[in-house]
Amino acid sequence: MDTVETQRPALLRTTDELEAPPLSLTSLAWKRFRRHKMALFGSAMLIFLFLYSFGGMAFFSEAYANHNDLSILLRPPSAEHPFGTDQIGRDILARTIYGGQISLLIGITAMLVETVIGILVGAIAGYFGGLLDSILMRFTEALLTVPQILLLLVIAKFFTDPSRRIPDLNLLGRTLSGSVVIIVVIIGLTSWMYLARIVRAQFLSLKEQEFVLAARATGTPRWQIIFRHILPNCIAPITVSATLAVGNAILTEAYISFLGLGVQEPTATWGSMLQRAMAFHIMENAPWMWFFPSLFILLTVLSINFVGDGLRDALDPRSRAV
Amino acid sequence: MGRYIIRRLLQAVPQLFIISIIIFALLYTTVDPIAAMTGDRGKPRPETRKRLERKYGLDQPWFVQYIYWLVGNDWLMLDLDFDGIPETPGPRKGILRGDFGLSVRGPRPALEPIGEALPNTLLLMGTAEAAILGLALLIGVYSALRQYSIFDHFVTAFSFIGYSMPIFFIALFSLYIFSVLLRLLPSPARPLRTTEDFALALILPALSISFSSLAGYSRYVRSAMLEVLNQDYIRTARSKGLPRPMITFVHALKNASLPLVTLVGLDLPMLLGGAVVTETIFAWPGMGQLFIRSLGEDPAVVMAILMLIAVAVVIFQLLTDLTYAWLDPRIRYR
Repeated sequence: MDTVETQRPALLRTTDELEAPPLSLTSLAWKRFRRHKMALFGSAMLIFLFLYSFGGMAFFSEAYANHNDLSILLRPPSAEHPFGTDQIGRDILARTIYGGQISLLIGITAMLVETVIGILVGAIAGYFGGLLDSILMRFTEALLTVPQILLLLVIAKFFTDPSRRIPDLNLLGRTLSGSVVIIVVIIGLTSWMYLARIVRAQFLSLKEQEFVLAARATGTPRWQIIFRHILPNCIAPITVSATLAVGNAILTEAYISFLGLGVQEPTATWGSMLQRAMAFHIMENAPWMWFFPSLFILLTVLSINFVGDGLRDALDPRSRAV
Repeated sequence: MGRYIIRRLLQAVPQLFIISIIIFALLYTTVDPIAAMTGDRGKPRPETRKRLERKYGLDQPWFVQYIYWLVGNDWLMLDLDFDGIPETPGPRKGILRGDFGLSVRGPRPALEPIGEALPNTLLLMGTAEAAILGLALLIGVYSALRQYSIFDHFVTAFSFIGYSMPIFFIALFSLYIFSVLLRLLPSPARPLRTTEDFALALILPALSISFSSLAGYSRYVRSAMLEVLNQDYIRTARSKGLPRPMITFVHALKNASLPLVTLVGLDLPMLLGGAVVTETIFAWPGMGQLFIRSLGEDPAVVMAILMLIAVAVVIFQLLTDLTYAWLDPRIRYR
């Protein structure tokens, strides 16, 4: 029976027989994602960066990263200090490890803050419509009328005011400057607007569909319709947007730390390491001080953008490549 | 059309109010302008401080100050000599009547330092934007015509790197190569006196800004071009035997550049704020540097910069939509 079936020319088969066995959404997406070489490269690079930042703890202690040795100021890269030392004699390699932890952590947590706010605002505005929608959208657009970096700087300045010091906190067995939390929150607070618009647009079209009507008719509570019935349908654009948001948050943190309003000493991030390299004589004579942190930021953001691009191709139902 | 414009402008009003309230509340609860105002002459005497606070309305809570900032306080009498009888009219006219407040440096009108910095930023951004547009069109069109060629793949990879590149990396890198290693360009620490100084100092920051934006723009041109090149009317033009350059640059590019209008229209007003990071690295005396310098001490200037940008954004959004409708007759606004 089977042999007869397979011997029939492809043209005579019915459409059902031509179709591959049904794939779940995840395995379909994974199949598409695998074909995206850049995305695979990006994923591998990200794994490496995480291993570097978190595995590096096993080789260098935090005390070593913060230890300043005044006999080795501004040494160029050598066997003992592969990335050189900074102007108070700290090892740059060890600092990129501990700085990387904070940078990656900020990227991920700021993305979570941003995504939660974006989804809430977008879902509420899109689902309820009317006056609530108008108010929320005017607010969203208002935040979009000034460049994000300038708005961030104003808020960062507000929080770095000495009267509003936030106490240090403990995490991963490390003591972190409280400014880390502030940076995460303010990056999240100033970057949710695009996601909110995407989610709102999705909700506007999805809420008119029959399955929502059916849910409403059976008396499903509103929050369940929003979060359990409609939201899962928006998961593709949200995933892509959230992935790219991690890269943007890392970049944004680097910019404000670079301008001196970000994470405060002694906690290092890749961005704040750059800020220390900014005096002109250092920039000129000790390029390793800015080169390595910048390189890590570039690699991270680049890999995240590759992965985001791969996810976009993999999750977009209109993309033809299976 | 007229009604559409009016409706859009009315919609923008709450937008501007919301953002101005947010920023005002953040700024005027953080900064102590009196300290900056008398900074060079040491700490002010308590009575001087009290008089200045009264004069500039700083003894009021921030929302009262916001109202003064908005509509002025010349309709109020202030008691500047503290004898219990208000005798001096308030000095401010409010932003709605064109008074942006006083910069603490001087003190002088807040628009004055902006007037000094704005031409520099416009020069820098104009140069960069012109380079971006020119190169993006060239690269985008070429890689669309040679889709999946080596050049196209190279551009794709390159634009990912450019898009992900933090601007300080390219800025510091180019500065290190051209100004430190090759000694072709002067170091940014040098004061800008002559036109030549300005021209030389302009090169690297303009290069850095263009590099990071070029990537996105050329991708945009490429995909718009690809979309247009697959249209029927292009095939018709080809089959009619029109010369290739004519098809590419007249028939295709004209339509492909439409989405570019949106991109430029939304980017241009944002450029008014200057590239904060680039201007800091290259010590370029533009709006970005002015913003950073004023942030901790000069709320009136910060407020003025952000409000000018916000208004510019609103106006440019409208202009973009109108231009788009004018260029593409299929689009009609009601």
